Amino acid sequence: MALFNQSARKDKEVWQDVNAVPYIQIEGVTKSYDEVTPLKNISLSVYKGEFFSLLGSSGCGKTTLLRILAGFERPTSGKILIDGIDITNLPAHKRPVNMMFQSYALFPHMTVYQNIAFGLKQDKLSKSAIDERVKEILNLVQLNGYGDRKPDQLSGGQRQRVALARTLVKRPKLILLDEPLTALDKRLREKTQFELVNIQEKVGITFILVTHDQEEAMTMSTRMAVMEEGKILQVGVPHDVYEFPNSRYVAEFIGSINLFDGIVVEQGSDHVLIETPEIECRCHATCTGALPIGSNITLAIRPEKIMISTTKPEYQYNWTQGVVKEIAYLGDVSIYYVQLESGKMVMATLPNLLRLAERNFQWEDTVYLFWRSENSLVLTS
Amino acid sequence: MNPKLLHFSLAGKRKKNIEIAESDSPKFWIRIAPILWMVVFFVFPLLIVFKTSFAESIFGIPPFTEILNTTKDYVLDIKLNFKNYVSIFSDSYYVKGFINSVCLSAVATILCFLIGFPMAYGIHSVNSRFKTILLLLVSLSFWTPFLIRIYSWMSLLSVNGIINSVLMKLGVISSPIQFIGTYYIVCLGLVFCYLPFMIFPIYAVLEKVDKSYLEVAYDLGCRPIKTFWVITIPLVKPGIATGAILVFSASIGEFVVPELLGSAETITFGRVLWTEFFSNLDWTMACALAVVMMCFITLPIFIFQKRTKT
Repeated sequence: MALFNQSARKDKEVWQDVNAVPYIQIEGVTKSYDEVTPLKNISLSVYKGEFFSLLGSSGCGKTTLLRILAGFERPTSGKILIDGIDITNLPAHKRPVNMMFQSYALFPHMTVYQNIAFGLKQDKLSKSAIDERVKEILNLVQLNGYGDRKPDQLSGGQRQRVALARTLVKRPKLILLDEPLTALDKRLREKTQFELVNIQEKVGITFILVTHDQEEAMTMSTRMAVMEEGKILQVGVPHDVYEFPNSRYVAEFIGSINLFDGIVVEQGSDHVLIETPEIECRCHATCTGALPIGSNITLAIRPEKIMISTTKPEYQYNWTQGVVKEIAYLGDVSIYYVQLESGKMVMATLPNLLRLAERNFQWEDTVYLFWRSENSLVLTS
Repeated sequence: MNPKLLHFSLAGKRKKNIEIAESDSPKFWIRIAPILWMVVFFVFPLLIVFKTSFAESIFGIPPFTEILNTTKDYVLDIKLNFKNYVSIFSDSYYVKGFINSVCLSAVATILCFLIGFPMAYGIHSVNSRFKTILLLLVSLSFWTPFLIRIYSWMSLLSVNGIINSVLMKLGVISSPIQFIGTYYIVCLGLVFCYLPFMIFPIYAVLEKVDKSYLEVAYDLGCRPIKTFWVITIPLVKPGIATGAILVFSASIGEFVVPELLGSAETITFGRVLWTEFFSNLDWTMACALAVVMMCFITLPIFIFQKRTKT
């Protein structure tokens, strides 16, 4: 899922370069109203040309942060710098930032052309220059010949592209996207995700996207930040956030995961042994951090990392057995809900290599579950 | 929009309505009730007015001739009298009343817009608690009977009224000003009475305008004041048009305001009509005047509807 943009951007991992200067710097931004504090001391650096996602459930403060970046709201404290210039107190109409709204908010009394030209007109560009740039951008979003239409004569996908064109045409330093694809149906959304990334790479403008859809964030972004209750929990490239979540919340929010509470009983140089009341045998997990014996931890294993077999695996650690209670058939994969002897329900995902009727295990079959130690995670928070 | 498309969509809607009406009898009656009401209490009386306007005025009860007569030989005898319509457009008395009314209501409409728009915008901008109070205050004037409101203006503005006596006490004027009887005061009365008709539609549309339109405009570099002109005003146009039509059509036929706040000089259409009906007992002329006025009021509404469709 996240592969295509990773390979394309491998050479651009600027955030790993210690000498790189961040393009957008959010420094200790706090926003508080009378009773609520939607943003608590947020600091974030985004580099030039990045496609950065703010991911979180509704009410986590991601939209507030976006609106502060756009200039619709002022932070209670903190600073925002773009390209080294402090824009914290600049009003929205003076910022080199353009935002695409969730509702698109295309001006209903203007044609597509007028909508796109609106921003350029404010810059007092000559008519021929405006015309040239609008034509160029219409071409980029594949809306040639739609210039004279009114927004209500367009389909949802076309409207989305007009809204995008309107933000692109001013060539801002930063483009903000507020849930840009939620109004589209699933198939169109998937297609548009690729288009959006392609366009972003073509124009080279820095994008910050706000979404609650983890798939969207993982598909499109170079890096993403997971937010909860006004705080940033984790920042990283999509596969790092997925494979190495730093907390229970992130692990549960991104994808599905099986969690077992346990304690550390033995510590090696690169691993720990864990005992958990829900699994009979001890669990061996790769872990480089220092965890003293006796510390409470959570063992986390992704469903696709768990293997299922009808015969007992030759593992000393990391296996258990249970009864298949539910099988959710999703076409490409099936999700098996296996109940352990302790009563704990464990999720395991297997690709459907065989047809439904030819499967090795069915409902109420006793199966063995096992996993590799490098595929289990130790979470301390 | 493509006119053909619009036509189809309308046709589709209509067909659907009929289907529902036929399949569901309570719904059918709910749909038919307003039509029936309109026919009985509006279309039918209107036809009587229309018919009477073509009759001849006589002394008697009723004070006009029948248009349709059947002679002894069973011949339907139709006698149409166009004299009333001819004199409306030729007699300077009627023409003057007509022009006065049009000018007065046009000025009143413009003034209502100039006062009503900022008020509507103001109500729209304050927080929701104040909004309710302000809206209540605007509708408060409706709670007082119309006549009382006009009478209170009269007592304020009369020669011995409060305004004149205060101005004299302050030494601003030496002798009282004759306010009542001028076109200015008639216009003031119209503006005062019909201002809510301008405020409410504009307010309603303002409330519906999505705030993100304004934010997009700021975001694209448009200054707040310019945004007001290029985004807010065009989006509120339907509300302004509705308010203007309401104020204009209500004030053009207005009788009470010019009668009480005006003088013999301030002849308006409504007053002419009243005189014909009650003083001259010329019902046919009064009906003809009513028909002409109605056509004139519905004209701008038709134009407005045509425009919004295209």
